Amino acid sequence: MSRKVKEIIIKNIFLLFALISIVILGLIILFLFMEGVPIFTVVSVKDFLFGTEWCPTYDPPEFGIWSLIVGSFVVTIFASIIAVPLGVLSAIYIAEIAPPLIKEIFKPVVELLAGLPSVVLGFFGMAVLAPWMQETFDLPTGLNIVNASFLLALMAVPTISSISEDALYSVPQEFKEASYALGATRVETIVRVIVPSALSGISTAVILGMARAIGETMVVLMVAGGATAIPESIFDSVRPMPASIAAEMGEAPFRSYHYHALFATGIVLFFLTLGFNLIADYVSHKFKEVGSATL
Amino acid sequence: MRKMSKILSLCLMCLSFVCAGSVFAGDTIVIKGSTTVLPVAQVASEAYMKMHPGVNISLSGGGSGNGVKALIDGSTNIATASRFIKPDEVKLAQEKGVYPIPHRIAIDAIVPIVHTENPVTELTTEQLSLIYQGKIENWKEVGGQDLKIIVVSRDTSSGTYEVWEEKILHKAKVTPKAQLQASNGAVFQAVSKNRYAVGYIGLGYLNKSVRGLKVDGIEATAATALSSEYPVARPLFMFTNGWPTGTVSDFINFVVSKEGQDLVKKEGYVPLF
Repeated sequence: MSRKVKEIIIKNIFLLFALISIVILGLIILFLFMEGVPIFTVVSVKDFLFGTEWCPTYDPPEFGIWSLIVGSFVVTIFASIIAVPLGVLSAIYIAEIAPPLIKEIFKPVVELLAGLPSVVLGFFGMAVLAPWMQETFDLPTGLNIVNASFLLALMAVPTISSISEDALYSVPQEFKEASYALGATRVETIVRVIVPSALSGISTAVILGMARAIGETMVVLMVAGGATAIPESIFDSVRPMPASIAAEMGEAPFRSYHYHALFATGIVLFFLTLGFNLIADYVSHKFKEVGSATL
Repeated sequence: MRKMSKILSLCLMCLSFVCAGSVFAGDTIVIKGSTTVLPVAQVASEAYMKMHPGVNISLSGGGSGNGVKALIDGSTNIATASRFIKPDEVKLAQEKGVYPIPHRIAIDAIVPIVHTENPVTELTTEQLSLIYQGKIENWKEVGGQDLKIIVVSRDTSSGTYEVWEEKILHKAKVTPKAQLQASNGAVFQAVSKNRYAVGYIGLGYLNKSVRGLKVDGIEATAATALSSEYPVARPLFMFTNGWPTGTVSDFINFVVSKEGQDLVKKEGYVPLF
């Protein structure tokens, strides 16, 4: 066999493997739509998205997922408020400030956090954090937005931190050198030069971290409390979309409207994470710092 | 010579596999369904497998609906359910040529529970209904402390919830402020750590870390559930496709035998006799 033929075969094998994942994704999306769309024969898209009553097993059933959407957004936003400073600052520390030895320890530890099974975090939230929170702040329930947001933040930190870190590393060395040459201190260099030039990468990191938080299921199922009311305070319980799907799918009769409604909720969730990813992609391309001038 | 014996032993091995295949064919039982029935199915299948070493039972939870679904698409031999099969499911089953047969295996009483520090010891079905509808919001309205009531409920499609809905709520809607937990264990966990909370679990999950409430003055016990005195009780089922034969029938007979029912009792459910 000539080298050329071999080359072509190998190329096609790789193409095949790349195609497999695309085909599988395509089939999953197709399936999601096939199972989700039938719900819209009994409820309009507007009533489905903005209806506040989620009573899928009553007679007549009501399929309004607005409180679930609000739940998802509330925990995601609070999680970001906690995770963004933590993730970005730890990335700056690891990439720019930490001495090599500490960096060697910190980096894998932060990444280990990403490998922590979400069900373990959920247990921690349920058995430790919730009772503690309830006692300390004298709350009616420890299974609430704050608890869920805190755990989701722990899950988003590694994503935000490691992508931000890559962004910081890719800032050209010359920028830093030029800044020092102009007499800037280390802090000034980091705040005024390095972080601004890595901003697109950091924004991408934040958005991907949020996408991670909004799609996370186990933690919100275990600690968000699961109330379908629109929350009035940050210590109220909510039921984010993934929690609703996970909790109810098990017993929803096959191909019933409840089943279709849960799939339709999955479609909404899919579009949200897709949106997050598209924004991340757009930001990382649009605001990319390109090139550096050197002598 | 050595090679010869190797080949021979290999042949013997193949042969024994073939034999095993024919002798024990169909001796794998798949059981799927309700998490409420799971503890019973678990101990029963362990005991059964000990008695019949050749039989292999694979067990999983996932809910009554999932069990029936699996029975309909043929991926399980026995579907366990904490409710009777729904008309929709029967229709779907018949379309696929599946004829689900119910076998009553135990009775489950559902007990309202509160934190051990809560002074309330009994509620009426009426009070429970109003609490779950969000119309009674403070413990002092039912003779307790001046604390907000945190209502803990199961996901609206679980079998346990369905019984609660039927026997307590009488089809009224649960307040949207109710917390949702996805299993008996999770409800237990949430209530045992929360002085404000009220929840409901299967009698099998009740222990000293929470207080089970009397309903309408009647304590949930094996005797009161069996005599239908206790108002929130239901039968548990195993469904098979058609009348069971062979190992499956033998297993179900074991579950409803004296020995099996002792196991049911040990798990905290109410035996049939």
